[in-house]
Amino acid sequence: MPSKQDILDLYFMDARCKLIDIAAFLDRMDRFDGDADYRFNGFHEALDAMLKPGEQSRAQAVLNTLSDQTVEPIPKAIIQGAFGAPNKQAGN
Amino acid sequence: MVSRTTDDYQAMAIAGCEAICEPAFWAGFDRSSAQGFHDYYRQLTEYEPQRAAKFGIKHFCWLCINPKEAEDSGFAREVMAIIPEFLDAPTVLGIGEIGLNKNTISELTIFEEHVAIAQKHDLPILIHTPHLEDKLKGTRLIIDALKNAKVDPSKVIIDHVEEHTAGMVLDAGFWAGMTLYPESKCTLPRAVDILENFGMENIWMNSACDWGISDPLAVAKCMQEMKKRQHSQETIHKVVYDNPVKFLSQSPNFSL
Repeated sequence: MPSKQDILDLYFMDARCKLIDIAAFLDRMDRFDGDADYRFNGFHEALDAMLKPGEQSRAQAVLNTLSDQTVEPIPKAIIQGAFGAPNKQAGN
Repeated sequence: MVSRTTDDYQAMAIAGCEAICEPAFWAGFDRSSAQGFHDYYRQLTEYEPQRAAKFGIKHFCWLCINPKEAEDSGFAREVMAIIPEFLDAPTVLGIGEIGLNKNTISELTIFEEHVAIAQKHDLPILIHTPHLEDKLKGTRLIIDALKNAKVDPSKVIIDHVEEHTAGMVLDAGFWAGMTLYPESKCTLPRAVDILENFGMENIWMNSACDWGISDPLAVAKCMQEMKKRQHSQETIHKVVYDNPVKFLSQSPNFSL
């Protein structure tokens, strides 16, 4: 089993890089004009979930926050792809 | 592998790959006729096994109409009608990758009809779960549908699990698959996290080898990731070789 030191040696630099990428993404969103949409709200909610995951793991908390929580199949697909965050105003 | 160059077969052979199990999937665009699928099934059952054999790799496949093209149920049924003619091909493993994409009523109906084909022919099933925000809901709908159809869960692998869906799949007795991507979905370190958190039983990982950004050597690279995490060679071998062989051996056509 690796120790915490081993995990830091393996992943700290990569995680540091990704953390700065997230910070720069948020700065970038601040810098440009126009309105954000549900994806950005979802992103902020996921950041909050990561910091306060409750009983779940942080990864589970982020994934669940960025998931459609409705339970019924939808009548018809209007697109084939996915956007990465639920559009709650559209009902998902 | 229909989307990949021959270089990828060569690289996989050098990396130690013994067999490829290619699901029928979306080719990046919608096919306009059932005949297009007929050609595709011929490519999967006739041409790709020959291409792989040149590198000493056995090539197997799964057949279906994938959920992205199953929204039009009439068209989907037209395609499904030609599947039985290919089920006797010597490299067909079962029905897959069926499942859901946008979690629609039509997708769910076609999914259930595919499951019925698998049950009729007593074949294993490979299941695609939706991506991103649709995965959680789709996985729940799929598990409910399989339970309603009274499918033997040991003959079903539910693919593309992530941290929020792996537990529900394994707890229900199904096999779980992790498809590894270089970006956007399950990365190598996260795949090893999932193994460490959910155990090494009834789970496998596979390399996404499609038309998008994907890496045929992802499984080989994940073996290195497990090694970096100090997993034993026995554990690595179990996850990347023994587990797939155990599941796939339920198909009468699978042998190494």
